[in-house]
Amino acid sequence: MTPFELLIVALAAGGVFFGFVAAVGVIRLPDLYTRAHAASKSDTLGAVLSLAAVALVFGADIATVKAVFLVVFMFVTNPTAAHAITRAAYDQGIEPWSKEDAEDDTNPTAAADEADGTGSLATDGSGVDTEGGER
Amino acid sequence: MTNVTPLVSDVLLGAAAAFVALAIVVLYRVVKGPTMQDRVIAVNVIGSNTVVILALVAAAFGEPGYLDVALVYALLNFLMSIAISKFTVERGGVI
Repeated sequence: MTPFELLIVALAAGGVFFGFVAAVGVIRLPDLYTRAHAASKSDTLGAVLSLAAVALVFGADIATVKAVFLVVFMFVTNPTAAHAITRAAYDQGIEPWSKEDAEDDTNPTAAADEADGTGSLATDGSGVDTEGGER
Repeated sequence: MTNVTPLVSDVLLGAAAAFVALAIVVLYRVVKGPTMQDRVIAVNVIGSNTVVILALVAAAFGEPGYLDVALVYALLNFLMSIAISKFTVERGGVI
């Protein structure tokens, strides 16, 4: 295995690791805003590392230019999309998660005045906890 | 086209399979997220995972044509998020 192949394998492994971190954050974090935090940063870094590995695999070719375009595009647009969605949610009046919500058993955060009532949100939090315990 | 060895090709295919598994895990948040914006963010993560999967498969099989598909999919994914975030606010000034 040449050092070039080792670099490709290391970049792909780093991409898979940060994709795993993003998935864990999206599943486990308690709030829309914290989930957007995990999704925008970790997932962007995982995608950029994997696409850098792809750009190294294609040698001196037009495909390398396309892969570098993909890297730049993901690096710009992925946090922008998460920021836009989060700002739309804040304009709609969804309150951020706070420490009192963790101490209360009921979770009055995410859109208590939307269609889902607080009862289903309480079952949501407990369901996430038991599901994490089973893993 | 590419001079990729079978070992590197297997590693890239394994990374693509891992991203498929992560996208299926994130689908839990799409089904269960309490608000609509949770679902949009999870779909955005799944879309960027799809772009990475397409690029990794293109590199593993040595077919550069798949990168065009990945580029168009990344554009559509970004446009979906921006469109939903603009149409859910009345005045539309999110960016």
